[in-house]
Amino acid sequence: MPSSNVLLDADALDRALTRLSYQVLERNAADPRRIVLIGLPTRGYTLAQRLASRLAPIAGFEPPVGKMDITFHRDDLELNIPVPQVSHIPFDITRRVVVLVDDVLFTGRSVRAALAALSDLGRPAAIQLLALIDRGHRQVPIRADFFARKITTELEDTVQVKLTEVDPVPADVVEVVSP
Amino acid sequence: MSPTEYMAPTTPSRQWKHKDLLSIRTLEPWEIDLIHDTASAFKEINSRAIKKVPALRGKTVVNLFVEPSTRTRASFELAANRLSADVISLESSSSSFKKGETLKDTGLNLQALNADFMVMRHSCAGAAQFLAERLRTGIINAGDGAHEHPSQALLDTFTIRERLGRDLKGLKIAICGDIMFSRVARSNIWALLKLGADVTLVGPSTLVPPVFKKLGVNISHKLEDILPEAHVIMLLRIQHERQRQALFPSLGEYVSLFGLTAARFRKCRPDVVIMHPGPINRGVEIDSELADGVNSVILEQVTNGMAVRMAILYLLSGGQPLHVAPGAPLAPHITSPAS
Repeated sequence: MPSSNVLLDADALDRALTRLSYQVLERNAADPRRIVLIGLPTRGYTLAQRLASRLAPIAGFEPPVGKMDITFHRDDLELNIPVPQVSHIPFDITRRVVVLVDDVLFTGRSVRAALAALSDLGRPAAIQLLALIDRGHRQVPIRADFFARKITTELEDTVQVKLTEVDPVPADVVEVVSP
Repeated sequence: MSPTEYMAPTTPSRQWKHKDLLSIRTLEPWEIDLIHDTASAFKEINSRAIKKVPALRGKTVVNLFVEPSTRTRASFELAANRLSADVISLESSSSSFKKGETLKDTGLNLQALNADFMVMRHSCAGAAQFLAERLRTGIINAGDGAHEHPSQALLDTFTIRERLGRDLKGLKIAICGDIMFSRVARSNIWALLKLGADVTLVGPSTLVPPVFKKLGVNISHKLEDILPEAHVIMLLRIQHERQRQALFPSLGEYVSLFGLTAARFRKCRPDVVIMHPGPINRGVEIDSELADGVNSVILEQVTNGMAVRMAILYLLSGGQPLHVAPGAPLAPHITSPAS
């Protein structure tokens, strides 16, 4: 019987996003206008859009938001052929600080693919990684610069981030489901 | 919403499962949508400064064109290059066909070189299926006789969907010209019907025989009748090289009855989409100014062709072996002038 454990409810997620947006701003205080947010579909992009609107009042401008599909840079295409989404990055990333946004940081392979995909788009001044949840079990040497929760999970667990914009839920929720 | 953002509603477990792309007739509508959605992602990549992704790194694509082709071959070649595959192109003039090697032996030899895909054009209907049944290599039919040309129909339907920003259900589509000898027409008929469009074939009865009605299309021998309501007019090239006997009295008469002229264009919807798979005979199927006008998507078809072919190669790389029974018949109405 699968059990699920709520990690963040809507209020906690809301506070976490506020905190993360201040952390991103603080880290880039020297020149905040260089910040661009690039989300990995689907929920990383939704989170990036939310972060941009939170950064707007505190940074004095709304950083541009892009969506980057990483399917064609994955290292497991031999095993599985996922359906790609259309990337949409209507700005140049060269000399900007790219904050890469994903919902869950797990093996790190998606982020590795994202770094490869970004290098085809330009040469940013820096790339920083924001993941809502860091659940461990890394398979490549990658870490998050910003995260809301760092948790210990079993390999078989799934961490589900459900956001009202894209999921059929009445309120945001992040939960760990164990088989 | 910009037109390019139309995506088919996702259905669970949309997973491509074929190793080959032989025809549109054997595809499910959701599989056509899947190819289109995947092509949208590749189209974005083709708009970048660096138009290359590593998805097919280490794979080998052989273009086997036993019948001459420039645009389809170039399109597949570039598509494979942009996926980081290795590509070689063989044409009948440079291959062992001239020395009498059979198609099967050529296929087996290319398979022995570890080709992952063969993109194949042949003058015989069923040639691609013949190889697909005998090889592990994925076969992409780039035109077999007058049978099918699936990638052309996929790029045509993708172009319609993109230009109009919607699905094809209920759209009125006229296909005008040499239907009889056209694999492009056959593939497009299947694709358009599967996507829910309302198709009318237009042309002289020698080129549009009544047997096509069995497919579920309308037939008209008067272009004027369909013009006011057509959302899309697809013109086909008059293929002089395939015609063995005179099927219409003269090109002049064809133009006067079936050419898309400025006078006929005035009877069309203002937003009509004009398509042609190329190469166009200016002044025959279409007036020169219309071919270059705002309603024409002829060059957009070429651009989209590459994205669609990238999508085909990408999806096929995860496909499973053929499950069509060996020797299964082609569609019953097929008459190949070459067979």
